[in-house]
Amino acid sequence: MTAYEPIEHDVLVIGAGGAGLRAAIEARAHGASVGLVCKSLLGKAHTVMAEGGIAAALANVDDRDDWETHFADTMRGGQYLNNSRMAELHAREAPARVRELEAWGALFDRAPDGRILQRNFGGHAYPRLAHVGDRTGLEMIRTLQDYAVYQGIDVHMECAVIELLADGERVVGAFAFDRDRGGFKVFRAKAVVLATGGIGKAFRITSNSWEYTGDGHALAYRAGAALIDMEFVQFHPTGMVWPPSVAGILVTEGVRGEGGVLRNSQGERFMFSDIPPLYRNQTADNEEEGWRYTQGDKEARRPPELLTRDHVARCIVREIKDGRGSPHGGVFLDIAWIKEKLPDAAERIKRKLPSMYHQFKELAGIDITEEPMEVGPTTHYVMGGVRVDADSQMSDVPGLFAAGECAAGLHGANRLGGNSLSDLLVFGKRAGEYAARYAQENAAGDIQRDQVADVQRVALEPLDRGVGPHGAENPYEIQQDLQEMMQEQVGIVRNEREMEGVLEGIARLRKRAGRVAVSGNRAYNPGWHTALDLRNLLAYSEAIARAALERKESRGAHARLDYPDKDETFGKLNIVIRKNPDGSLEVSREPIAAVPDELQRIIDAKK
Amino acid sequence: MQTVTFRVWRGDATSGSFQDYDCEISEGMVVLDAVHRIQAEQANDLAVRWNCKAGKCGSCSAEINGSPKLMCMTRLNQLALDKPVTIEPMQAFPVVKDLVTDVSWNFAVKKRIKQFSPRPPDAEDGTWRILQRDVDRVQEFRKCIECFLCQDVCHVLREHHMHDRFVGPRFLVHVAALEMHPLDAEHRVGELREAGGIGYCNITKCCTKVCPEHITITDNAIIPLKERVVDEFYDPLRKIFRVFQK
Repeated sequence: MTAYEPIEHDVLVIGAGGAGLRAAIEARAHGASVGLVCKSLLGKAHTVMAEGGIAAALANVDDRDDWETHFADTMRGGQYLNNSRMAELHAREAPARVRELEAWGALFDRAPDGRILQRNFGGHAYPRLAHVGDRTGLEMIRTLQDYAVYQGIDVHMECAVIELLADGERVVGAFAFDRDRGGFKVFRAKAVVLATGGIGKAFRITSNSWEYTGDGHALAYRAGAALIDMEFVQFHPTGMVWPPSVAGILVTEGVRGEGGVLRNSQGERFMFSDIPPLYRNQTADNEEEGWRYTQGDKEARRPPELLTRDHVARCIVREIKDGRGSPHGGVFLDIAWIKEKLPDAAERIKRKLPSMYHQFKELAGIDITEEPMEVGPTTHYVMGGVRVDADSQMSDVPGLFAAGECAAGLHGANRLGGNSLSDLLVFGKRAGEYAARYAQENAAGDIQRDQVADVQRVALEPLDRGVGPHGAENPYEIQQDLQEMMQEQVGIVRNEREMEGVLEGIARLRKRAGRVAVSGNRAYNPGWHTALDLRNLLAYSEAIARAALERKESRGAHARLDYPDKDETFGKLNIVIRKNPDGSLEVSREPIAAVPDELQRIIDAKK
Repeated sequence: MQTVTFRVWRGDATSGSFQDYDCEISEGMVVLDAVHRIQAEQANDLAVRWNCKAGKCGSCSAEINGSPKLMCMTRLNQLALDKPVTIEPMQAFPVVKDLVTDVSWNFAVKKRIKQFSPRPPDAEDGTWRILQRDVDRVQEFRKCIECFLCQDVCHVLREHHMHDRFVGPRFLVHVAALEMHPLDAEHRVGELREAGGIGYCNITKCCTKVCPEHITITDNAIIPLKERVVDEFYDPLRKIFRVFQK
């Protein structure tokens, strides 16, 4: 067996974005010794890219807001597939989590009375997003990072977990390697928190970075945990489409919140032509009313551009398919038009959307205060993930917790913008607290030497195999082929035939991945890292395709050509993915827990 | 399709050299795209650190044709492509491999700076009231993405290797953000003069020039901090006060 460094912690947190940092802080506050593993440098995780804001019913801007309305909005946005207890906890606790960030040094934009300012966002009834211009994620991760480093948490930077280690049913640690030198580490921990984020790297057009290889999803699955809602992948309606090298980079929903409108090549505000029944009462039916809403008129209803992301993305796809798209295959997003309404429009755009201004200016040579942007859908977020207990965030596997994007339940069939940052804080804190408690109540388990040896052997295969003429595969090519296939065939609109093809495609790619070989040694070797990622990418891609095949209806982010309507039967169940003892993937349907009466009353009252 | 030569530094802490790669480029490409293409097609093990590819995370810092830049925000059409484009790691930090440097020193420095400490809440519900104007004043510093390009270009670190005596522009900006934070009640001027080594900065403004976030590091952060140090330690009246206080 190759040498490895043994490390012990009470609680091991895997991932150092918003959820991981918040979990680590909380576990430490409860007295646990904490290790925090991050694939990148500290402070670079995906949270840094979040733009729009943190949803919390602070009611600073509109005093009609309260946790009940936030709860009802979240459930409606998720098409009632959400775990209602998670949605309740989230709505109740988000305001306290935001105030706590301020106490740790975060500086949000202010309302005239000096309280935290809140902005409009899709699917939220009232202005609810605490924000800092359009760089809220940076403010949040830096605040958490700069607080965490003083708490006595051991941070393992540029370290990636390859496998969770088990002792019987229970998770007792993790096997990892450090990316810069390539050395192996074996973490022994009483509790493990997964906070690894999302899965966007399986798709060609994505707003996600290289890190989003679904590690937590795949690790939990292999350790025996159930995954739910994997068919629900959020395609954010507005990503950049031009130039090609920046395709997919996010254009914040905040642009529309500030009055930006979507138009097709004929200049039409096409979002007015298709407003879903669930939202008809709350949506403006004329442009004037929509504009007044974005400017804070409490009597006005929201413009249809601020409908939920799943719906806006599909409308954009329709316009493009029907030949009314922009020159580079998107539609137009126009914020420059507000100069017709406001004398200081250009200044206002630069102040409210500074990084959008910067991003288009530098990467596309476009001045968004003067001309419209071209945008199209981009893979952004996965609603599905590890099934967890709502209160404790523990998975089906004892000792294994999950929080943030890699956990599932809060968002149901579609996530509302702004609910992810609050998700990270609310459930990161809960996961940290309950993991620390678990660690107090349970002694450390035993690391199984056989499992460690197995994982090591598999990890070194791509290097041992040797690059050469004998059918060796390039890991980058396999990754690109997977991205191409998932983008085209399990994308925004799906059908059975294509997804069956994807399953065959994944089987072929898995065979090729078994022959992957890389040059060089273990020191900072991206070829090797990419080879190691393939196993996770293929595992959750299969989970997505199988879950999407099983849900024979269209709901939220999951749209099928062959089943274009909602089906009541599927509205009451989750698609559950588990690993069979023989290693194959099992799909089942399980009923969603009934919504308690007092929560149902809130939902009905807010309809 | 145009083919461009990229002259990329390959090596580790012990040795290394430039290696040329010919790479096809397309419209709108940035330097990081070219590095990725080379990595995927010609050099699988070419080490490069990156994350967001949108100028938001500050991971892909390197020196392009000798200038410290983010690879993800440097468009190829801004460079002369008729001769090789050189890409090398930041010089102020030890090389790990190829374009990746060991920047862990920065994380250690930050930990030595006194953390944020708020004044008591303004309202009974534990919240504060802050004017937007006061938020705006520090937002410039809080935009920092910790790419460390300012550290890379600072001659105190780059040429004189005074990492043990000077925190560098990044952390002077960090201290400025804390000191000018509307809620902060901590006092950091003393440590700035001693452990921070603010006196070593002689205001050549190189850091301001390379900042991808366009933070006016020298004028808005460092000079005001230097003034605070002067007020506190070199003001003759205060000096007399201090004598009497003792």
